Amino acid sequence: MTVQSVFPALEQLLPRVQKPVQYVGGELNAVVKPWDDTIVRWCLMYPDAYEVGIPNQGVQILYEVLNERADTLCERTYAVWPDLEKLMRENGVPQFTVDAHRPVGAFDALGVSFATELGYTNMLTAIDLAGVPLHAVDRDETHPLVIAGGHAAFNPEAISMFIDGAVLGDGEQAVLAITDIIAAFKSEGSPGGRDELLMRLAKSGVMYVPAFYDVEYLEDGRIRRVSPNRPGVPWRVAKHTVMDLDEWPYPKAPLVPIAESVHERMSVEIFRGCTRGCRFCQAGMITRPVRERSMTTIADMVANGLEKTGYEEIGLLSLSSADHSEIAEIAKGLADRYEDTQTSLSLPSTRVDAFNIDLANELSRNGRRSGLTFAPEGGSERIRKVINKMVTEEDLIRTVTAAYASGWRQVKLYFMCGLPTEEDEDVLQIARLAHEVIKAGREASGRKDIRCTVSIGGFVPKPHTPFQWAAQLDHETTDSRLYKLRDAIRQDREFGKSIGVRYHDGKPGVVEGLLSRGDRRVGKVIEQVWRDGQRFDGWSEHFSYDKWMAAAEIAFADEAVDVNWYTIRERELSEVLAWDHLDSGLDKEWLWDDWQDALSEVEVDDCRWVPCFDCGVCDHMGTEIQVGPTNAVMLPMPVIPSRVVANSGT
Amino acid sequence: MARDRDPGREIIPAVQKLRIQHAKRDRLRFTSHRDFQRAFERALKRAGVPMAYSAGFSPHPKISYANAAPTGVASEAEYVEIGVVQVVDPEKLLAVLDEVLPPGLDVLAVVEARTPDFVARLEASHWRIELPGTSQETLQGALDAFMSESEVLVDRMTKSGIRTFDARTAVIRANVEMGADCAILQVVVRHGVPAVRPDDVLAALKKVADFAQEIPPRVTRLAQGPLLEDGWSVGDPFTLDREATQA
Repeated sequence: MTVQSVFPALEQLLPRVQKPVQYVGGELNAVVKPWDDTIVRWCLMYPDAYEVGIPNQGVQILYEVLNERADTLCERTYAVWPDLEKLMRENGVPQFTVDAHRPVGAFDALGVSFATELGYTNMLTAIDLAGVPLHAVDRDETHPLVIAGGHAAFNPEAISMFIDGAVLGDGEQAVLAITDIIAAFKSEGSPGGRDELLMRLAKSGVMYVPAFYDVEYLEDGRIRRVSPNRPGVPWRVAKHTVMDLDEWPYPKAPLVPIAESVHERMSVEIFRGCTRGCRFCQAGMITRPVRERSMTTIADMVANGLEKTGYEEIGLLSLSSADHSEIAEIAKGLADRYEDTQTSLSLPSTRVDAFNIDLANELSRNGRRSGLTFAPEGGSERIRKVINKMVTEEDLIRTVTAAYASGWRQVKLYFMCGLPTEEDEDVLQIARLAHEVIKAGREASGRKDIRCTVSIGGFVPKPHTPFQWAAQLDHETTDSRLYKLRDAIRQDREFGKSIGVRYHDGKPGVVEGLLSRGDRRVGKVIEQVWRDGQRFDGWSEHFSYDKWMAAAEIAFADEAVDVNWYTIRERELSEVLAWDHLDSGLDKEWLWDDWQDALSEVEVDDCRWVPCFDCGVCDHMGTEIQVGPTNAVMLPMPVIPSRVVANSGT
Repeated sequence: MARDRDPGREIIPAVQKLRIQHAKRDRLRFTSHRDFQRAFERALKRAGVPMAYSAGFSPHPKISYANAAPTGVASEAEYVEIGVVQVVDPEKLLAVLDEVLPPGLDVLAVVEARTPDFVARLEASHWRIELPGTSQETLQGALDAFMSESEVLVDRMTKSGIRTFDARTAVIRANVEMGADCAILQVVVRHGVPAVRPDDVLAALKKVADFAQEIPPRVTRLAQGPLLEDGWSVGDPFTLDREATQA
């Protein structure tokens, strides 16, 4: 049965909404396949506005990996803004893909990528607009499987009632394995229906199926145990790890939207994973071990991507890009290759050390040196030991001095507020640091127009990190510390005018904390707040703390728990955590020991340079660290003759 | 200053200018002018066009855009001029640029710029306005009422507030046709300040006659160029450049 495009109906609504171009698709390198030529049909969603979702690397990679299969088609959908949602409901237009404007309800699987928990309400809108029952238990064979992925999928318990499955870790091989299972099931005539398909997926270990696990609670509200309710379902579901990034050089043809997006550049991932061991960092914990992409593959991906997209900026992505074993060679090689072009390079996520200034200088060889960003994360030396961010004040001053001396005018410093064991004094140290930065910078550059911007946000404890047991700081104290810091900087008569402060209030962090360490009972809060009209929680103009708290009040009325129980309560080692049955590879004992080390201000090194300290990942997952150097050489680019110049042949 | 783009960097002057006519069709009619500019600049890169760049802090490719059709309006007659640092073959540029642009943004013609004052040559536009759900009689009645007036003031919200202007004088010629599921208004409008756009004409029709339009209209700019001797036909603005090239 073929599926009709909803575009004729949608087209009538577009002249009446903001930025209609975000709903029409037509991206360069998008793929549209005939529906009837394929067996398995995926729809991938990034649950935020198109302008945020379109650059997402996870979606772009899986989109291509899936579309390379002859038996599979893959399209994309994004969250629609409330103005269009209203018109769609009034006119009976369902959630649609932007590729061929097919109704999302007609696909076999809806994969939703969660970089953050704040996309949960948008997923509910999409499921509902697609005509799919909100609760997984009410779905049948005619509805797509709703599958969560991305970092938030490492604890999908809060959304377990809305999803059919969750995939932990790298998606490239996992989506193919799921596709194989769906294809075999469909070609057998779908025996046993939806339940049988979910059983096959759960048994294979490729995906966590919440419906096949029961959660029991103690009277005080803590979890008693989580156990499979079917034979053959694994007790714990493990994450997926792609072990050779050179074999997976995606995206090969990045999507280039016509609409403006938040990242107007091409991204190339230069490695995955990070073992710096920052204790607050969920990404660093759940993506271990470090797997580098080789210099040769990176160079090929850059050259190919530029040709396919026409972008003028390349971002070299990873969790800490300057840590690539051949980053200096890569930076110099690319800077040489693109020296005489308008192409520029950027390296987000840099560490605080002088080597990075050389790198930054290399990358900006023929461009402007406007701003550099560093993330010391903690204001005092003491708190940096707690979070294992091994940066001394001396390092920081030396680094920024080098930056100002080589012509950079603005340095941005990222910090967090509300870290475990933190006192007002730890945060106030930031004001002193910024003062020292400007002082050293003026001396080094001989200029008075240099600036330092301090950006600070509230810390949210995350699952699968040593801080998973920590109490989150309440928003009142968070805000009062931020105001004290702001006032301290304003009172700096000497340099205060050269220091900017940007901060976010603590309220959204409370909701993020509730969702990220939530269990199945939190699902009721999400549904309630969504029914009350809450959408686009990642946008400050749409976020409503009061709506969330009112919804929690209703949803937790008959429960032994409340928002504070999930957020500002410290946990014991003996407590069963909502995500203990989801396996990131990290040994729980090791995480606990690291938590205790944090409290004692003991630092831990990076296992790339010191012997293994048994975090558990490689042992458990059968993986290993993959780092260079490869000692390859990046050759100059061959000159491609222009196809349009006169007398250049035919 | 080392921190800025090297001032010693050589700025290569444009050796040739080319004028490009392109279409904006189907779903890509929802692209705004800014969206189109970005997509077009990237397409020039992918096509390997040796663009001339402006001097300064952040060099821009030399591109001039003329009279872009509003967001949501399709067009067969949009015009762009580019400057290049190597002589480009217009026919090759047409083929390669069309290949690298997404379907819906289609290159229709390219000429080498041989004459001055191109933008001044774009004197008028011919619009086709499809009105689904409207009968031919209703539309004809509204149009007759409109054409019998010498002035019809309409309001348009601009960045500086509501602006009131005459939408009638700029309309040189208009007629009504019947389409498959709609009535069609064909209208030739002289360019001026402020430019009278298709939605202004529709607003004026609604003002002078009892004429409601529930479903959003589908609008296409069919032509843009000099007014010919008959006083109402819109000609091809590339004719002078073509003649100069052949001469």
